[in-house]
Amino acid sequence: MEPGGMAQHDFLSQPVSMGTTIMAASYDGGVVMGADSRTSTGTYIANRATDKITPLTDSIYICRSGSAADTQNLSRYVQWFLEQHGMELGDEPEVKTAAKLAQMMAYQNKNFLQAGLIVAGWDKHEGGSVYAIPLGGTLVKTPFTIGGSGSAYIYGLCDKLWRPNMTEEECRAFVVKAVSHAMARDGSSGGCIRTVTISKDGVKRTFTPGDQVPVAAGELPPPQRAVPAQV
Amino acid sequence: MAQAGGFSFDLCKRNEFLEARGMKGPGFTKTGTTIAGVIFKDGVVLGADTRSTAGTTVADKNCEKIHYIAPNIYCCGAGTAADTENVTGMVASQLELHRYATGTQSRVITAMTLLKSHLFRYQGHVSAALVLGGVDFRGPHLFTVYPHGSTDSLPFCTMGSGSLNAMAVFEAGYKDDMSKEEAMELVARAIRSGVMNDLGSGSNVDLCIISKEGVEYKRNHEYLQGKTYERQFPQRFAAGSVPVVRERVYDIRKAVTVVEGEPMEMES
Repeated sequence: MEPGGMAQHDFLSQPVSMGTTIMAASYDGGVVMGADSRTSTGTYIANRATDKITPLTDSIYICRSGSAADTQNLSRYVQWFLEQHGMELGDEPEVKTAAKLAQMMAYQNKNFLQAGLIVAGWDKHEGGSVYAIPLGGTLVKTPFTIGGSGSAYIYGLCDKLWRPNMTEEECRAFVVKAVSHAMARDGSSGGCIRTVTISKDGVKRTFTPGDQVPVAAGELPPPQRAVPAQV
Repeated sequence: MAQAGGFSFDLCKRNEFLEARGMKGPGFTKTGTTIAGVIFKDGVVLGADTRSTAGTTVADKNCEKIHYIAPNIYCCGAGTAADTENVTGMVASQLELHRYATGTQSRVITAMTLLKSHLFRYQGHVSAALVLGGVDFRGPHLFTVYPHGSTDSLPFCTMGSGSLNAMAVFEAGYKDDMSKEEAMELVARAIRSGVMNDLGSGSNVDLCIISKEGVEYKRNHEYLQGKTYERQFPQRFAAGSVPVVRERVYDIRKAVTVVEGEPMEMES
């Protein structure tokens, strides 16, 4: 900050970080990934419609939490590695390869990065799979995982609601419900809900605008819009 | 003593010591700024105020904050003036060389990636907060680029110390598929709210309209705070106020011989 300068807003000097809710869950035949859409710099919301679910290949995606700069640039490296690997392989890369690559980047540079990641996707060898890569840079294969600051509020809910062999619709409803509850309690999460569903049939995206997010207990319903939301 | 090689952190140690003893280092010229951009029906409109500050002092009352990147891409800069000027200049020349090599129009996402790669490498020490806009064969694009190397893609965005004021105007007045005139009016209004209500921003409003048809750079689109004092020196003399004493006409063709040369061979 400028010495003796005028009032500077903290978002100019603070790094852009994603106090976030992200998650991924597997179901019979694929995976559903979900995220809120808030990006903040200090107390200011820098982007209220962020897409935190970034493609690594056509059928592997990554949920990003932590520093926006770190995770965006890490994802770009992994995209580049996987594109080369895919060409050498002559085939689509496996989800476990993508996850290991992301984990290696996160672990080897752990002192310089703030990145909590979830890698998920579909390949023909193992079907849908979910990998968690928390802050330290470890790699955990798991049926479902949650991440970001908002996840602290929904551990109990997810442990209670997740069950194996859900249908695609059941799994997506579970993800939207979990993320909306995290958004209700975590100040750093909010905005809209994005989901990405990946199966052998390809990739489907859904978008839930802020005024269509389910209201939690004690919340007022959102005001009527002048112009209907374009979904 | 001669050093074998590698880095030397002697001066860092010295500066740390001096700062601990109460010395203040020299500051940078920061542009407390309002910059903004919107996407409209067939292009983007970028806007900026024209105040440059050094601490609380106004260093320049009419500076240019909308920088050239490519014939179809421009970029507003906030943060340290030296950094925004140099980082946009670097990317502009990289893209110029890329156009010579490929013979194709530059893409906005290429400019954005070059900027974020550079800024990420310097881990936020290059303080350039940018609003990047342009039109390529895929249509209009608008990005914000943060000093740490993160980027956002949005239909309307603001940056700088006046960004809260400008964003309030955008949130109230933005519509999808605006006309050029509507978009210009909205951006000018957003910058004006920064100029009027943010201490770090001031003076005039610059606009830059980029569409498929071309670029309109409207320098001082709104001249809000004109000069209060006209400079007295050097004096401006009206044309014809000096009498002509002598007039002599030379034919330089007699003094110069033109030799035709061979065109230079170049490897293709």
